[in-house]
Amino acid sequence: MKEGWEAIIGMEIHAQLATETKIFCGCATSFGEEPNSNTCPVCLGLPGALPVLNEKVVEYGAKAALALGLNINETSIFSRKNYFYPDLPKGYQISQYDKPFSSNGELVIMTSERDDSGRAHDWQPMKIHIERMHLEEDAGKNVHEGLPETDKYSYIDLNRAGTPLGEIVTAPDFRSSWQAYDYVNHVRRVLQWVGASDADMEKGNLRCEANVSVRPIGQEKFNNKVELKNLNSVRFMQKAIEFEIARQIEAHESGEGVSQETRLWDEKNNRTRVMRSKEDAHDYRYFPEPDLQPLVVSHAFVESVKASMPELPDAMRDRFMDEFGLSFDDASQIIGERSLAKFYEDAARTSGNPRTTANFVLSEFVRELNNSGKSADQALLTSFELAALVKTLDAGAINNNQAKEVLVEVFNTGKTVAEVINEKGFEQISDVSSIEKIVDDIIQNNENQVTAYRGGNEKLFGFFVGQVMKASQGKANPKIVNEVLKAKL
Amino acid sequence: MDVRKVAHLAHLEITDEEVEIYTPQMNSIVAYVEQLNELDTSDVEPMLGGLTDEGAATFAERPDVPHDSLGQANALKEAPSAVEGHFQVPKVL
Ligand SMILES: [Zn+2]
Repeated sequence: MKEGWEAIIGMEIHAQLATETKIFCGCATSFGEEPNSNTCPVCLGLPGALPVLNEKVVEYGAKAALALGLNINETSIFSRKNYFYPDLPKGYQISQYDKPFSSNGELVIMTSERDDSGRAHDWQPMKIHIERMHLEEDAGKNVHEGLPETDKYSYIDLNRAGTPLGEIVTAPDFRSSWQAYDYVNHVRRVLQWVGASDADMEKGNLRCEANVSVRPIGQEKFNNKVELKNLNSVRFMQKAIEFEIARQIEAHESGEGVSQETRLWDEKNNRTRVMRSKEDAHDYRYFPEPDLQPLVVSHAFVESVKASMPELPDAMRDRFMDEFGLSFDDASQIIGERSLAKFYEDAARTSGNPRTTANFVLSEFVRELNNSGKSADQALLTSFELAALVKTLDAGAINNNQAKEVLVEVFNTGKTVAEVINEKGFEQISDVSSIEKIVDDIIQNNENQVTAYRGGNEKLFGFFVGQVMKASQGKANPKIVNEVLKAKL
Repeated sequence: MDVRKVAHLAHLEITDEEVEIYTPQMNSIVAYVEQLNELDTSDVEPMLGGLTDEGAATFAERPDVPHDSLGQANALKEAPSAVEGHFQVPKVL
């Protein structure tokens, strides 16, 4: 960022809650159905249809709120947000306004600026104030692609209308695009982790908007802010914010100024462009939804959801660093996904060697998962077998390269580690008496060298090791060979 | 009473003559409702719906179980204009 300026950024995230059915009717939320097939009088906004709240929305909403450090309000109110748009059949969206489901959250995230190559170098904790997360219904979709006369007409698919959303709004706490980036990734991970949302930006079930303004350092007053939309990935969002900060600083310095407006990220041209100015600022005329009761969430319910919550990823990361001696980077990678973290912990405990287990998990195992498109809990290689592999390696029965080969084979076939080692003939001879027998033979057949070695030519030791390895076809355990040779010579 | 603003928010087109007619009518409606302000309601909880305490205490959530939806053909049956499975509307954005 240009010297002398600071950016003020607030984030809004819409997360689709992972229910089977919509928030106020029993239509399925399944993705990719025939247009307008998952609809009924409620989500089509037909006269006389009445909404009934889906109980899972309350449960997933509570999980999301707790995972983000929000306080769940005992009573919250649904309100009508009135505006006209073709994808909103009722002419209002049922949302929450002055009494949201949850509010006043404190969240600590880890964040770092990135160098020119995009590498993070200085991870630091940062406290974020989350103002609220309220519950609301999604609108339908405008569709244009592949339909006739799109210069004259728009087309509406209402399958998405009525899908439950949690809208998560932060205070303007971020000062850089990377902080916002790390925040969205944090939210995405914890929502997936607790099962509140699939939080997949590509499928549109996590969408974010950024409010960005800049001011000279030391100035107290906020300048006009710009709302950024159409941020279809976390990376686009980061680029859009970065672009917008530079654009606004320039506009202030040139005296042109920044107007309060909504801008879209234009992915093709790598810039933001105006979508609409705030001249026609909306007047939503919120009022309490008369067709729904106030949502009352009991203390007992909140306690039961709390009790069902898994250990959160950041706590798990810190524990892996403490308990298993992992580095911050390694532990962070392992907690990138819940099933991977569980796989690792199980394997580390069973193997008794968390360090080596982490090496295999982060290199070979993650690589094979990516290649096969599987998650850790779907892999044919179980945590138990990985632990067996680590133990076999630690016992010196196979070497490191062999272990990697075995891992890939077990991953692909689901055989046991023992089976694969057997098939590949990797098993080392670690049985002392077998090695002694070989060594005895070698000593007997190489009298000259034995005499020379005993006479002080210690270099010959390597010759004996080579002979034993040759006689055992490379399978003798080198450590034991050394010990036995030293004793016998 | 800014009748034009209310009309704009409701997406209604009204003529100057209509503004003349509606302004006093709407003013009188608002004045009628304003009689309520004569009552002191400072220690009355706002009422959000028509429910009694008993009604408000009823559990009114449904299980997350899919019902049969209308399906595309039924959903579009009453649409003024439907094309290839979609509602067709005048161009937006
Ligand atoms: Zn429906």
